[in-house]
Amino acid sequence: MIKIDNLVKAFGAKRAVDGVSFAVERGEVLGFLGPNGAGKSTTMRMITGFIPPTSGKVTVGGHDVAEAPLEAKRLIGYLPEAAPSYPDMTVQGFLSFAAELRGLDGAARQRAVGRAVERCFLASVLHQSIDTLSKGYKHRTCLAQALIHDPDVLILDEPTDGLDPNQKHEVRNLIRELGKSKAVVFSTHILEEVDAACTRAIIIDRGRIVANGTPAELRAMSAYAGAVTVQFQGAASPAMAEKLALLGKVEAVNGALRIYPKDKGAAGDLARAVVELAGREGWRLEALRTEEGQLDEVFRRITLPDTVKR
Amino acid sequence: MNAWHAIRTIAKRELVSYFTSPVAYVFLVIFLLLTGFLTFTAGAFFERGEASLGAFFGWHPWLYLVLVPAVGMRLWAEERRSGTLELLLTMPVTAWQAILGKFLASWAFLAIALALTFPVVVTVNVLGEPDNGMILAGYLGSLFLAGAYLSITCLTSAMTRNQVIAFILSVVACLFLILAGFSPVTDLLVRWASPAFVDTVAAFSVVTHFDGFQKGVIDTRDLFFFLSVIGFSLFATGVVLRNR
Repeated sequence: MIKIDNLVKAFGAKRAVDGVSFAVERGEVLGFLGPNGAGKSTTMRMITGFIPPTSGKVTVGGHDVAEAPLEAKRLIGYLPEAAPSYPDMTVQGFLSFAAELRGLDGAARQRAVGRAVERCFLASVLHQSIDTLSKGYKHRTCLAQALIHDPDVLILDEPTDGLDPNQKHEVRNLIRELGKSKAVVFSTHILEEVDAACTRAIIIDRGRIVANGTPAELRAMSAYAGAVTVQFQGAASPAMAEKLALLGKVEAVNGALRIYPKDKGAAGDLARAVVELAGREGWRLEALRTEEGQLDEVFRRITLPDTVKR
Repeated sequence: MNAWHAIRTIAKRELVSYFTSPVAYVFLVIFLLLTGFLTFTAGAFFERGEASLGAFFGWHPWLYLVLVPAVGMRLWAEERRSGTLELLLTMPVTAWQAILGKFLASWAFLAIALALTFPVVVTVNVLGEPDNGMILAGYLGSLFLAGAYLSITCLTSAMTRNQVIAFILSVVACLFLILAGFSPVTDLLVRWASPAFVDTVAAFSVVTHFDGFQKGVIDTRDLFFFLSVIGFSLFATGVVLRNR
């Protein structure tokens, strides 16, 4: 549904987005990760046609966003980063305005507003003016606007920003649900959301894609993916570490030992080998865990924090 | 969805938003008080002993100078500041539909304000026998004058996210359009420049073109002037929004 080809956006000499290409099909939820200022919002603004790319091409549902913007925009529901809305309007008024701009009239408009209100849990504030709402409600009002025409493509810029944990949970579920029938791209810098909602994730840093894969694939890029962490009864002695070193590199972590496999593909074998060794030596195992690798470790390793001078 | 539907939707929201905030009521009260004061006290309406609205319309270029930018300054500056511009322009509408929708809404609001001055028409008709055709032409001219100022405010409003800057820039631009044909200025210019030059400068003035309407003459050249100021400013607004 969404196809992005070698997209570049330059602001003066700075290239905010520098040669980004990817495609998202129906039924996919793509998590768009990256540190602040990596070019996530800029990319999304180019997909939705808000700013024109310096070079490169975006097509949505086969329509070139630069050449046929109206056809492309009709397919897209967009939640901008700050979740803007008109503060003097009521939630109902704002949503019917959005529906009307989407070409929905009469009964179809009422149905669309009703459905969006239900999906985003806005029924209790329907007739309140938006500037009296709390941040979470404002955010969901703008999200409801993005869903109003049941679009095939959803572009959500930090959809869970500013929500409380319960609301975050609801929105993630909603995204996963919507992702079954639509192409969804959402940006976040909360890594747990990738596991909670995405079928695929892209990590972008300084305008370039630095990783692209399923959450499991990304985790496997972690240095300790496949490592085995063992906790023995009593303190681990240096002698134990020496014997375990035959299986792989050993590292002491908070009183436990972590053994890194020599061959990353054979993680299951390593755990078995550790258990067998412990049995032979008569060591008492308290806990044993094969590490999946952690996304935040991958994220930190492949992106530069924005506090580092560029 | 056709273009007109989009324009109407945007215009309706804009017009309603004037009335859901105190802006509309404050503006209407001040506008009506000022027109009343300027016409009857400063304009010496009764002392003139004429059954015409010259004392009323004569003030409009000056009155609009402050009040029209106040109505129009938020049009785009506020959308830019609050980020709703991103929402609006990623909807399936073109920039010119949005520009036209917002402009027409504000213009309609100014038309409502102007229509509420009907008591002066009643007054002059009670006291004497004015030429009502001339009054109608005056109202038409006044509406176009307001439209020209408003389109300029649209342009300055699109340039910035700060309403105050938008206000000041448009007041300065509109002041120029008044002064170019204001008699104290043209009298001054005549001393140094050729009459042809003075006429050229004065041709850019809203006052020169508004005068015709006040005299009851609807000249296509005057209409063309106001429509081209509006057309040009709205076109420039589109360019500014595209290159924001």
